Amino acid sequence: MTAESPETVRGAAGGLQHEETVSREVVVANAAGLHARPADLLAREARKWRSQIALVHDAQRADGKSILELLTLAAESGTRLVVEATGPDAREALDAIGSLFESRFNEHENDQDS
Amino acid sequence: MKFSDFVATDAVRSHVHAATKEGVIREMAQSLVDAGKIAPGDLEGIVKAIMKREDLGSTGIGRGVAVPHTKHPSVSKLVGTVAVSQQGIDFQSLDGEPVQLFFLLVSPPDRPGDHLRALENISRQLRDDSFCRLLKAAKDPIDIQNLLEEADSHGVVS
Repeated sequence: MTAESPETVRGAAGGLQHEETVSREVVVANAAGLHARPADLLAREARKWRSQIALVHDAQRADGKSILELLTLAAESGTRLVVEATGPDAREALDAIGSLFESRFNEHENDQDS
Repeated sequence: MKFSDFVATDAVRSHVHAATKEGVIREMAQSLVDAGKIAPGDLEGIVKAIMKREDLGSTGIGRGVAVPHTKHPSVSKLVGTVAVSQQGIDFQSLDGEPVQLFFLLVSPPDRPGDHLRALENISRQLRDDSFCRLLKAAKDPIDIQNLLEEADSHGVVS
């Protein structure tokens, strides 16, 4: 029972906390997909945080603070994306971005397949 | 999706006269009427719908580019056009920069995927600085058409 406790290991990595990377999966749930308005909302939210924020779809990676890059994802309704945040406020940023997806960017239209 | 899939070549303009947001949207919609892509009777409805969309948040996406658009039942396929303002127009963009490049899109209400793929194409090409710069420097609609064709075939070489 002389093995290092997990707490010790975590403590040793504590110095990296300022550049912590956290990620989570989100789903594009609004019917119209990640078009200009959601991309605008997303970039505005991402720009509030100091952390770097990326949205990843398969091999494609977009800067969360750039509408232009977000639009290149062409993420249709139902697409699963991974949001990554790196920086001092990564967790808060990730929560805020996640909430935007959960709110369907306030687009409450008929969500039947079109 | 390529530019040639949705840009009405005859409606492309290198020198818009308008100096306001609504003015440039009207001028571009009129160019689509003149090119026979939308009916004259639908002009007002389309301009109003695009302005209503702008009220929800500017489509000025940065880098001096805007993508004013709307869905409209009068079109059966996505139609669009490109215009350049030599002096730039205040469009309340996210980055606060005046807009010089406009991509106007009118899409059928039931085709959100086509609209997304058009936006994808526009934004992907615009990440290329030389494409942006050359479009803004276009002196003639032919210059714009050539750049769009070049982007469609292999991307603009700097």
